[in-house]
Amino acid sequence: MRYIEPHAHMVSRTTDDYQAMLLAGCAAVCEPAFWAGFDRGTPEAFYNYFQQLTIHEPNRAAKFGLPHYTWLCINPKEAEDPVLAKEVISYIPEFIKKPNVLGIGEIGLNKNSKNELKVLEWHIELAAELDQLILVHTPHLEDKLKGTKLILDALRSHPKIKPERVIIDHVEEHTVKLVKDKGFWAGMTLYPESKCTAARAVDILENFGTDRIWMNSACDWGVSVPMAVPKAALEAKARGHKLKWIDQVVYQNPIKFMSQNKRFKKPEAI
Amino acid sequence: MSSKKSSGMTREQVLDMYFMDARCKLIDIAAFLDRVERSEGKDDFRIKAFREAITEVTGKKKDKAKRVLLSFSDPSKKPIEEAPGKGACGAWPGEAKS
Repeated sequence: MRYIEPHAHMVSRTTDDYQAMLLAGCAAVCEPAFWAGFDRGTPEAFYNYFQQLTIHEPNRAAKFGLPHYTWLCINPKEAEDPVLAKEVISYIPEFIKKPNVLGIGEIGLNKNSKNELKVLEWHIELAAELDQLILVHTPHLEDKLKGTKLILDALRSHPKIKPERVIIDHVEEHTVKLVKDKGFWAGMTLYPESKCTAARAVDILENFGTDRIWMNSACDWGVSVPMAVPKAALEAKARGHKLKWIDQVVYQNPIKFMSQNKRFKKPEAI
Repeated sequence: MSSKKSSGMTREQVLDMYFMDARCKLIDIAAFLDRVERSEGKDDFRIKAFREAITEVTGKKKDKAKRVLLSFSDPSKKPIEEAPGKGACGAWPGEAKS
């Protein structure tokens, strides 16, 4: 098997996780900026985090022979403070041309507040100005449906944003059609306690097709499984899906989307 | 698009692969409801939403997973004034009182 992990927070994971992913066939890992589980609180802390994502973590991954890419932003969970957000966003142009940066992300909404929406719009404007790909986080649980609709409205109201250059992550059965019907890419996150299980993710693929969609583990500091993507691939195989069908979702689709940024190189798979 | 698309498996194959797991989860839900009913106190919005969601599971309409998710979702449309915190609890508590 070969696959790409298109959304993993490796700064929170161990070297054992890197080794296990490689053994399962991981050919590249992509790490959006996210919430640390606590508020970083200061612009300087975010500056350091951007350095970690663009210097330290790709070096750590390289020790295992794994290409590491990243996305930059201030995450929606810390977007309730627009003053902090504005300063953090002002750092992004300095980092955006680093060799492993693919775009702006994971931006989006968390509790669907006015300040979160304002900060989302600033990120969208920056992505348009710098002609960057966008990776979007949609809210959790009861907030997901409303948040997904607000995010779609914000993206679609910007004249320079092209849907094919935006992936909207953490879709589930009630949001996947909204996203795909508008021409955006969709990401399914495989979590043991929330979001999608492997079985549901394969159901969604069967119902909504394998184009413009990927699966990720979004593994981080919480309850999450770095091996979730290969496990879901095995679930699809057990149902009798062809290897080509599975390969499209776990390998070809991430390449297709992320290759829209020339810094992304099609990885070699063993 | 709807759930009419086939997985490519026969009904028997789907049941062979998933019945025991689903049976286990259903018993877990039944035990959870027993536990709630044995406990002291009143129902809150979460367990009310849960009981409502179960009617979607037992109904005859298709797209049951989607219907359950929708039943737990905030149906309002406008952004809220301020985030009350960072977490989500899994069910919509209703409009915040100002």
